[in-house]
Amino acid sequence: MDFGSINPVLLLASVMVSATPILLAAMGEMVVERSGVLNLGVEGMMITGAVVGFAVAVNSGSAWPGFLAAAAASALLSMTFGILTQVFLSNQVATGLGLTLAGLGLSSLIGKPYEGMKSPTLPKLDLGPLSDLPTVGRMLFSHDLMVYLSLLLVAAVWAMLKWTRAGLILRAAGENHDAAHALGYKVVRIRLAAIAFGGACAGLGGAYLSLVRVPQWTEGMTAGAGWIALAIVVFASWRPWRVLVGAYLFGGVTVLQLNLQAAGAKVPVALLSASPYLVTILVLVIISARGAHAAPGSLGRPFHASQ
Amino acid sequence: MIALEKRPQPSRLWTVLAPLVAVALTMMVGGAMFAALGSDPVEAIRTIFWDPLFNPQFSGYSRPQLLVKAGPLILIAIGLSLGFRAGIWNIGAEGQYIIGAICGAGAGLALYPSGSALVFPLMILAGGLGGWAWAMIPAFFKTRFGTNEILVSLMLVYVAEAILASVSSGLLRNPEGRGFPGSRNLAQWDAAANRELIAGTGLHWGVVAALVAVIFAYVLLTRHIHGYNIRLSGEAPRAARFSGVNPARVVVFCLGTAGALAGLAGLFEVAGPAGQISIDFNSGYGFTAIIVAFLGRLHPVGILLAGLLMALTYIGGELAQLMLGVPGASIQLFQGMLLFFLLGVDVFTNYRLRIGRREVA
Repeated sequence: MDFGSINPVLLLASVMVSATPILLAAMGEMVVERSGVLNLGVEGMMITGAVVGFAVAVNSGSAWPGFLAAAAASALLSMTFGILTQVFLSNQVATGLGLTLAGLGLSSLIGKPYEGMKSPTLPKLDLGPLSDLPTVGRMLFSHDLMVYLSLLLVAAVWAMLKWTRAGLILRAAGENHDAAHALGYKVVRIRLAAIAFGGACAGLGGAYLSLVRVPQWTEGMTAGAGWIALAIVVFASWRPWRVLVGAYLFGGVTVLQLNLQAAGAKVPVALLSASPYLVTILVLVIISARGAHAAPGSLGRPFHASQ
Repeated sequence: MIALEKRPQPSRLWTVLAPLVAVALTMMVGGAMFAALGSDPVEAIRTIFWDPLFNPQFSGYSRPQLLVKAGPLILIAIGLSLGFRAGIWNIGAEGQYIIGAICGAGAGLALYPSGSALVFPLMILAGGLGGWAWAMIPAFFKTRFGTNEILVSLMLVYVAEAILASVSSGLLRNPEGRGFPGSRNLAQWDAAANRELIAGTGLHWGVVAALVAVIFAYVLLTRHIHGYNIRLSGEAPRAARFSGVNPARVVVFCLGTAGALAGLAGLFEVAGPAGQISIDFNSGYGFTAIIVAFLGRLHPVGILLAGLLMALTYIGGELAQLMLGVPGASIQLFQGMLLFFLLGVDVFTNYRLRIGRREVA
């Protein structure tokens, strides 16, 4: 048991990198759920983003086209979910699961020729004097651009939901879609836009996994990250800053257990590798035990504007 | 102006027609997908759906495999359908399947090398109890704290996979296996093996259990008060509460049954076709069973037929991979498309297409 081999600075730095894909996906899903739609297909959208991002990055030689293509592809995929649930009024849980399964199959299909390849990745930023700070500089200020963009996304979504008219309309569609419809807001269009946004964010998260975090393409590489993102939205009570906390908590546990495994801890490997999921269950239970759930009022209910 | 108008009650025609239309649409779009992948679409569809059953060159091997693949799917899907009808989304069937297999195999291996006739029944009991217990975790949290069962049961799938990895290299590892992970081969140990009852048909005890489950579910849903309560809880939850249905009991019953059936499916699989507990003996049946449940419209007989259809796509997919070089992942996409098309076509069961404006009365 060699605790000395775990470098706390590196550990904390890797927490930010580990949390970013889940943060991106969870933010997108939070917006979707605030608009009243339960999209269980986050895993499928993330892995599609991962494979498309990887493929485009390899073919174009740079990572940024990969990210853009990933966002676009996942948004497109999420539109199938959107049309099925909003226009064809299908069951949201079943359609979301179908999206996950279809996304997993699609990504395996697309990714076959790309297995084992190396892709262009994002460079670590050098923020001048900030990066040169003794330990904090390494931990917080020497990451790639996507990490900071994800934090910016949290702030932007929070500001939009809290202070803009568009955010208010989105929340209205999520709380009571009949009232929003009566006021004249196009609930279906709002939800479709939210679903596309959620898809784009999940795609970005997946692309971050395959282009920066790992960075490689392997079949099934998201390993449940999409489901974790869903869980984080629930235990953040659908609030942006709490999603940030949740994503970093999960990223932290994942990184910690990997480091403990590498350092040869006396804890059984099965317990360590299952620990992120067990912690998620624990936090979910604690949150629901505390009572008021703050879920959007119309979450999961199909909307049909009867004439 | 094309609009959807709610029907006064679900259309009986479309309840039966929707899956058929969905299969037809999937064949067409799937054919287009295969064409895009470079294979002849008609040949690909024929290889997947027709050849495994009727082509004399392959059917000798493929036809028995149909029941082998369909058995666990039907067994798990029956359990899931009860929960889905009541609005209880058990997504963790894969985890319950794994834990049931581990418990059943563990119980059997603890008695190795006994030749007693009680070994197999004991394994069945242990497998069912294992799956039941694993499903009781989300049930407990849902009834006690109101925790979302989708997320808890799904997280437990990953925990179950971690336990499986640990157990195949540790607790249940074959002492005579020369250090390779994986348990003893249960299919080769007579007292524990899950053999075919009629040779060459693939009809092993798991398939028998699946058929019994179909009958049991049909009787439960149509004749028993419990089945009525389950259906009521799903269709009209407030009416159910007014009529005195205890929601906690429905949750525990549905999740417990689903867990037990999934655990049994796992046990039958590991004592028969898969043979041993290994790190990757589970082939995603828990998730495919969700598709089977929906494809069968949550009705026991529908699930029976849907399970056979899904098994056909599995076997046909393997055949297409072998004969036409079609990638294996395309079959998973095919199955996902089938679910999508079914969910899309299902709208016509509850809604009618209205073209033009409705006259003001």
